[in-house]
Amino acid sequence: MKIHEYQAKELFQKFGVPVPQGKVAFSVEEAEKIGAELGRFPVVVKAQIHAGGRGKGGGVKLAKNADEVKKWASSILGMTLVTHQTGPEGRVVKKLLVEEGLPIEKELYLSVLPDRGTAKIVFMASEAGGMDIEEVAAKTPEKIIKVYIDPLVGIKGYHASELAFGLNLAGDLVKQFSAMVSKLYKLCVDYDCSLLEINPLILTKDGSVIALDAKINFDDNALYRHKDILEYRDLDEEDPFEVEASKYELNYIKMPGGNIGNMVNGAGLAMATMDLIQQAGATPANFLDVGGGASAEQVENGFRIILADPSVKGVLINIFGGILRCDRLANGVVEAAKKVGINVPVVIRMEGTNVEEGRRILDESGLNLITAKDVSDAAQKIAAIAKG
Amino acid sequence: MSIWVDRNTRLLVQGITGREGQFHTINCKNYGTSVVAGVTPGKGGQSVEGIPVFNTVARAVRETGANASMIFVPPAFCADAIMEAIDAGLALIVAITEGIPVMDMLKVKNYLKTGSSRLIGPNCPGIITPGQCKIGIQPGHIHSPGNVGIVSRSGTLTYEAVHQIQQFGMGQSTVIGIGGDPVNGTNFIDCLSAFQSDPETRAIIMVGEIGGSAEEEAADFIKKNVTKPVIGFIAGLTAPPGRRMGHAGAIISGSSGTAQGKIKAMREAGITVVENLGQMGAIAKDAFAEALR
Repeated sequence: MKIHEYQAKELFQKFGVPVPQGKVAFSVEEAEKIGAELGRFPVVVKAQIHAGGRGKGGGVKLAKNADEVKKWASSILGMTLVTHQTGPEGRVVKKLLVEEGLPIEKELYLSVLPDRGTAKIVFMASEAGGMDIEEVAAKTPEKIIKVYIDPLVGIKGYHASELAFGLNLAGDLVKQFSAMVSKLYKLCVDYDCSLLEINPLILTKDGSVIALDAKINFDDNALYRHKDILEYRDLDEEDPFEVEASKYELNYIKMPGGNIGNMVNGAGLAMATMDLIQQAGATPANFLDVGGGASAEQVENGFRIILADPSVKGVLINIFGGILRCDRLANGVVEAAKKVGINVPVVIRMEGTNVEEGRRILDESGLNLITAKDVSDAAQKIAAIAKG
Repeated sequence: MSIWVDRNTRLLVQGITGREGQFHTINCKNYGTSVVAGVTPGKGGQSVEGIPVFNTVARAVRETGANASMIFVPPAFCADAIMEAIDAGLALIVAITEGIPVMDMLKVKNYLKTGSSRLIGPNCPGIITPGQCKIGIQPGHIHSPGNVGIVSRSGTLTYEAVHQIQQFGMGQSTVIGIGGDPVNGTNFIDCLSAFQSDPETRAIIMVGEIGGSAEEEAADFIKKNVTKPVIGFIAGLTAPPGRRMGHAGAIISGSSGTAQGKIKAMREAGITVVENLGQMGAIAKDAFAEALR
């Protein structure tokens, strides 16, 4: 799960990690009020969307006076912000973070996350702050310091020292930075973060270490133990089809620009089915994994969500019945099709337990369901529909 | 021969009294797996289908000589269940549970080093040596004994692979689902290495997907260490970056973990890559013809 910068900064403050003074605004008036409360300029007006690259897209502006706060807040609020992470459709900005502008001496990069390869918690730091860290990693990997921490042991003083001295910090900055590193480690572990990133982390001209930006992603599997984080969920940032699917615990992802809907059991087979659709010359409109033990209700809701998408010209159902028997699935599909009403051709490929009985149920349903004998046959049939 | 499970495997089931646990225990038993014990704290002394239930894994091992565990414990308690199995010294632990927090798995993964257990999963379909032993939720009847070893991060995609090679008359030595989570107990290389050493396994299918770099590392391992023919498949060519595609581990981060990158690495290692899922059986037949003769 993703959250906004202003929410991440709230968590930072809770853990004692210094951030610039500021507040979130939902209107131009609120932005002006916060600007006035800060009491001095410059003030930074930052678009709050769940995507990076906001500055380059024109979503972050520096206001030198009250008039400029109003001006930038007016232009950014409601704008469709397009960044390299939003896709060409962009995101409408509905919230702003208004905060004090600080005199920057130096920009650094700092992140902490669970590393899947080593099964450790890894800190990554770099003096190349404010830049795209992927680019830094690709072009100048020697500029990135990595420190791995065994989660059974936890963070030790030397871990922070390695980072601090690696960043060429000295004097009081080392102390401030090391304290921050320990707090970030605690935040990452306590809240099951899948990524906690500060880019840039700044050294101010008056000698402070401050998190100028803040990004936190959370492990969805751990949200059950963080009810307070669930409060941070912003439905404005999610696709409406995906929000609907999440109500039924369906693994659904909308694929913009696709024309073939699909419903599959199992994540790997679902991805492979999307690939098949593409290879056959059509484009997948979604990812939908109904899971190994899909209920009739889930199949029905999955169907309804797929068919509600006006760009869908045809649907491919690909099921390998293991524990989920084909006859039971066929009954579910027939029931769902009758209830929801099919307005596009539906190709069904089924294999596995009780497949003959399943195929018979589909054939005898009287519905416009096209059966395919294997995945290649299914792909060809769906391609013909997309072209037709 | 086969790897890790066979007729001598003595299975205990953690979470045997739950609905899923009970259902799949019966399926494993009916397949022919020797299921000797179940564990559910507080339900010791009961029995499930004639299988005795114990309060702790240690006690179950002492009294029944179990040497493997299959875990169906809910995600919030699953890391504890795995560590209990490690402490009890079980040689093989198969965690079916989906949804364990990554932080919990980091601890489990590091704790594994303190014992001698092998963990398969979590979030996996299990492991099967056809005709001998099935530990997991796979449909047993689609498999048959043979000489192709299969390792995969996915469940139903593994069944698809089994089904397709069956159509061409190829059976399996052992089929392992290593699971769709970012941190798992057994990786591709562990399985490939075991398949390479197993005389019954004469050819290998490796099924990967987007996310992480396990396939790239496996490709490098194959190039250096595997002499048996390998075919590979990667799911997720059309997956958008930054989205978790069903499996917690199936996510492209920035430019790393893409299907294209993995396919390239596999090709460079001399692995025959199946691009179109529908072709897997036919390609296996050609690529394995000599090895299976």
